[in-house]
Amino acid sequence: MAVSHDVIVIGAGLQGCSTAVHLARRGARVVVLDRVFPGRHASGVNAGGVRRLGRHPAEIPLSVASLEIWARLPELVGHDGGFRATGQVKIAESDAEMARLEQRAAMVRDMGFGHEEPIGRDELRRVVPTVAQHCVGGLISRADGFASPYHTTHAFHRKAVTLDVEMALDGPGATGIDRVGEHWQVASGPHRFTAPTLVNTAGAWGAGIAKRFFDEDVPLEIEAPMMMVTAPVPHFLDPVVGLAARKLSFKQMPNGTLVIGGGHRGTPDPDRQTTRLDFNKYGISAETVLAVFPHLAQVPVNRCWAGIEGVTPDDIPVISESAVHPGVFHAFGFCGHGFQLGPVVGRILSELILDGGTNLPIHPFRIDRFAIAPGSPVAPASAT
Amino acid sequence: MKTEWDVVVIGAGPAGLTAATEAAGLGLDTLVVDEQPAPGGQIYRSVEAVHTRRTKDAALLGPDYGHGLDLVRRFRDANIPYWPETGVWQVTEDGELGITRAGEAGLLKARRIIAAAGAQERPVPIPGWTLPGVMGAGGAQVLFKSAGMIPRGRTVIAGTGPLVLLVAGQLSDAGAEIAAVLDTVTQADYHMAAGHLFSALKASDYVLKGLAMMVKLRRRGIPVHAGVRAVSVTGSDRAAGVAYTDPKGTTHSLAADTVLLHDGVVPSTQLTRQLDCTHGWHHTQRYWYPVTDAWGTTSCETLAVAGDCAGITGAKAAEASGRLAALDTATRLGRLSAVNRERRAMALLAFQRRHTAVRPLLDQLYQPRLSLPAGTPDDTILCRCEEVTAGAIRAAVADGCLGPNQLKAFTRCGMGPCQGRMCGLSVAELIAAERRVPVMQVGYYRIRPPIKPVTLGALAAMAPTAPAPPDPLDT
Repeated sequence: MAVSHDVIVIGAGLQGCSTAVHLARRGARVVVLDRVFPGRHASGVNAGGVRRLGRHPAEIPLSVASLEIWARLPELVGHDGGFRATGQVKIAESDAEMARLEQRAAMVRDMGFGHEEPIGRDELRRVVPTVAQHCVGGLISRADGFASPYHTTHAFHRKAVTLDVEMALDGPGATGIDRVGEHWQVASGPHRFTAPTLVNTAGAWGAGIAKRFFDEDVPLEIEAPMMMVTAPVPHFLDPVVGLAARKLSFKQMPNGTLVIGGGHRGTPDPDRQTTRLDFNKYGISAETVLAVFPHLAQVPVNRCWAGIEGVTPDDIPVISESAVHPGVFHAFGFCGHGFQLGPVVGRILSELILDGGTNLPIHPFRIDRFAIAPGSPVAPASAT
Repeated sequence: MKTEWDVVVIGAGPAGLTAATEAAGLGLDTLVVDEQPAPGGQIYRSVEAVHTRRTKDAALLGPDYGHGLDLVRRFRDANIPYWPETGVWQVTEDGELGITRAGEAGLLKARRIIAAAGAQERPVPIPGWTLPGVMGAGGAQVLFKSAGMIPRGRTVIAGTGPLVLLVAGQLSDAGAEIAAVLDTVTQADYHMAAGHLFSALKASDYVLKGLAMMVKLRRRGIPVHAGVRAVSVTGSDRAAGVAYTDPKGTTHSLAADTVLLHDGVVPSTQLTRQLDCTHGWHHTQRYWYPVTDAWGTTSCETLAVAGDCAGITGAKAAEASGRLAALDTATRLGRLSAVNRERRAMALLAFQRRHTAVRPLLDQLYQPRLSLPAGTPDDTILCRCEEVTAGAIRAAVADGCLGPNQLKAFTRCGMGPCQGRMCGLSVAELIAAERRVPVMQVGYYRIRPPIKPVTLGALAAMAPTAPAPPDPLDT
């Protein structure tokens, strides 16, 4: 069997395109397969937060490393992805919430990271001038910000193409995967791709691929995080705003529109690749916005949508070599916060594949962690 | 506010009124919601007010318009719950409707929805179409029906279709200064359309009315220039004139204060698109229509469509399709046996056939020719909300954009408050032309709710009264 590529990537979202770019830069011959086009689902339609603030402790080192790539994105892919380092702030609506934010900042400092900084009433009003009176302070990460999800994914896609990555898009995707000698052969309709290495970056569909072709179990919940965007209003807000104790992600885009997310869920239909929206929850979302920014009551909502996202029981992704099969790597299940990690995840996978390891601590993201019974000794990392 | 209904009918034009009257008559708990302040739709807009308070205008608008009064009276007499000035901003496949009424948002639940959302004038992205002083001929007619307003100054009407001649005659009667009619129909179109004449004779009254309109304009001395091409509106900060070429290829220009454009009407598909129903492409008239069975049921069984939103067939055929959708709804909801549904449908189907017999002729003769997206100059705006030009769309296609949904991300085209109503058709056609593939392959925007504006305040008022428990702080 002739080898057609060095690496086959299944899933042309941000993680897959980033992996392809990082691999191809180092000379690997890569093909990326997808049933639709890059950025059709979560990679292209998420709320665009570029956030280190509030990350799960396991994600903090990766998120910090990823932001360094974000800041130099044009060097990597020739486009800034619309990244604006406007800061991200999480607002406390009570003293009790503020105390918890301060505890959180101390925990992050103890890990050796200084990007999460508690701020009081006055500084909050300096960075968010129109915030409601009851808000007492917040936690800010000043070099965070937001980017344009589709433009970012498209920039990685385009860069991959200029690096001679083959893109097999808008087709049947991976219809069969077989071990042939020392290689993996992927069938995509009538086409066959053969390579020693295979990467699963299939997003919400990643667990399905892992189970069906590699018999690896990841208990992934498919969810549909809902977002909405308003008509443009005059500029009043720079940083991305979240709340300490309520679901909200809120930002004003350069064109004046307000993007509102925060984790209220609709109902996904992953087979049809569609979602159902829940307008009672949009009501709660709007109520939350108006609690913090009461001056926005008359702003019309322009468009509501939801992405399709995979969520793990411990709310962090799988970034891991297969626990069973040689030459198979997984990166999926980003639980609604994978966009910012995309640049570094591609680098990590390229290092695992080409160097056999990475300096970043990816042990917590191994794929076999879900099989471990509570209390039993922790298995060794599969790929560090 | 009562929130649960057997049937919610969206729209109070001829299809909506007959659907509601029929459904209520069959014992279904029926609600009509409509954006307008009074029943009649666009075709019979303000018909009650005109016939009671503006009798001179009623005479001018003629007996076809007056027919709407019968429909409205029958609907009023049936005492069917009716919410005017109510916008529908989303529908779901299990029959949930998001509505706005008197500034407040709410959710309704229907066992079945009949959408009679009507038609809209085809947007005409020609050079100068966004200048003040340019509007649709249908829009001008609506202003006259609803408020007695006529266009300002020298008015040129350009385009195609029965409405062009009708509006020219009516506005002239009402005192407007109609300087000229520019008709895009050519001799060749008449020859091609002649093949459909035999079937059209089943509805010869339509053909005779068209001839009468021509005669009326001649008598008034309004010049009708036939076979025109390359129509554009000139002017810097507002419309000052119209340029066009005649069939010999000579370019002409006319001074004008108001330019009325009309390139036919197309189905309003926002609701069926938002529900992701299967749509087809009408090749002659170049529009999308939801694919239905004979009763108007779409690929989403909860939703039936009736009237022009199911495909342009005109006001009379709309009456039959509204009643057919109501009959089938009654059968689906257990109020009418299938046998009785068929029995009652026979006369309606015959009526519908008679009033659609003229369509092949009209569709062939009055093809939309003002705007041919493939030929749109690069600097002409297609998406008015986000000010995206034909050139920007061509550049996106060259950069790998395959269809309207990706185009949103490339250019923000179609992402403004009109939700693609103004640019959706021309964008799909332009991309198809650039890619040299059929329009069906390019597809249409995925339409996201709300399809009508809802404020954050109105949405917030919908939040359940008990606040949701706060999420634990991220660790």
